[in-house]
Amino acid sequence: MFWWIIKRDILLAMRRRSDVLTTLFFFVIVVSLFPLSVGPEINMLRTMAPGVVWVAALLASMLSLGRMFSGDYQDGTLEQMLLSPHSLSLLVLGKAFAHWLVSGVPLVLMAPVLGIQYDLSVDALLVLTASLLLGTPVLSLIGAIGAALTLGLRGGGVLVSLLVLPLYIPVLIFGSGAVEASAAGLGYDAHFSLLGAFFLVSLVFAPWAVASSLRISME
Amino acid sequence: MLQGSNLVCIRGDRRLFRDINFSLEAGGLMQVGGPNGSGKTSLLRMLCGLSAPAHGDIRWCGETIRSLGEVYYRALTYLGHLSGTKDDLTAIENLRISSALAGTEIDEKKARDALRHIGLKGRELLPVKVLSQGQKKRVALARLLVCDTPLWILDEPLAALDIHAIKLIKELLEKHLIQGGMVVMTTHQEIDIAAAATHKLQLT
Repeated sequence: MFWWIIKRDILLAMRRRSDVLTTLFFFVIVVSLFPLSVGPEINMLRTMAPGVVWVAALLASMLSLGRMFSGDYQDGTLEQMLLSPHSLSLLVLGKAFAHWLVSGVPLVLMAPVLGIQYDLSVDALLVLTASLLLGTPVLSLIGAIGAALTLGLRGGGVLVSLLVLPLYIPVLIFGSGAVEASAAGLGYDAHFSLLGAFFLVSLVFAPWAVASSLRISME
Repeated sequence: MLQGSNLVCIRGDRRLFRDINFSLEAGGLMQVGGPNGSGKTSLLRMLCGLSAPAHGDIRWCGETIRSLGEVYYRALTYLGHLSGTKDDLTAIENLRISSALAGTEIDEKKARDALRHIGLKGRELLPVKVLSQGQKKRVALARLLVCDTPLWILDEPLAALDIHAIKLIKELLEKHLIQGGMVVMTTHQEIDIAAAATHKLQLT
């Protein structure tokens, strides 16, 4: 069932490619604007690169959160999901995974290319990509909670950012921290351990929290 | 067996209905009637477990549906006002996915046969968004052909359908009832469905 949901969401995303591309282009443009506006000062660009890339990734993945459940809510598929004999948490995990594949993975793949604009070293680029690879699933999982809580509300898009952004902060700090540490020649194991811990905690708790929020939203 | 006792529904500070009692045995049909806004859909959503009654309880085979959870959902097919179909997917994809979600995976041939039977021959591979309102409804109703659940809860299954489709659905419901299934439905149309026992529940 898990795979059915993923297959369906990816199929839907492929039928509506503009949604996927919007997220990716937003990310590319935001990251590319900084070198243009700040000027070609290499040292400054190097120091700000991790932060800029991470903030842009965070905002880009938040852009698509609203669509995570709203389509299913409007056409009644969500009702059917709640009435499914399969575990709702598992279905939700499938949806979050599909969201990550559609909006997280393209960012991870694009990040090293964009990092070149900031003159990052190869090591730093690798660390940046790895930190995004570990961090973006957390963004999708936590974001799913916000999307489920604001389902069917007017102005849900603004509310979801207010709810979710504070929860994203730890991921942002340790994600960009890892790249800074590697650029400074320090160890970045601790950052990765913490990112991994965030990932595991959200993997266990987020589907359950989303399932409960969806049941409340649908009453 | 589906039983409801002393059901009360409150929306905001308005009481939609109170003291609804019924008991539905195998082969039984319950037709819920009443004017717009009398709480028909609210009652049906309650019976599905999507919302909780303010008072009273709903039992399936003697246990409350809350405590049964997924066991109850395995016995239930609900078709609501919203069709639960995706506009961007084809009729076949929609049917296969909604069936899988409901716990019965079907192959492409079975889905195609069901869609043909319900009168969508030649439209199986079209995205649902290009179909008419009645055809969309048929795609949703095709699920009844492939599911094997005893309890069907149908909210306005006949809305937007033409005479042929209504006849088809009537036969489908009668066949289900003869096989010992149960149907709870709302409709504004007069329709005679043969059943072992028919309850008419009138909400005011």
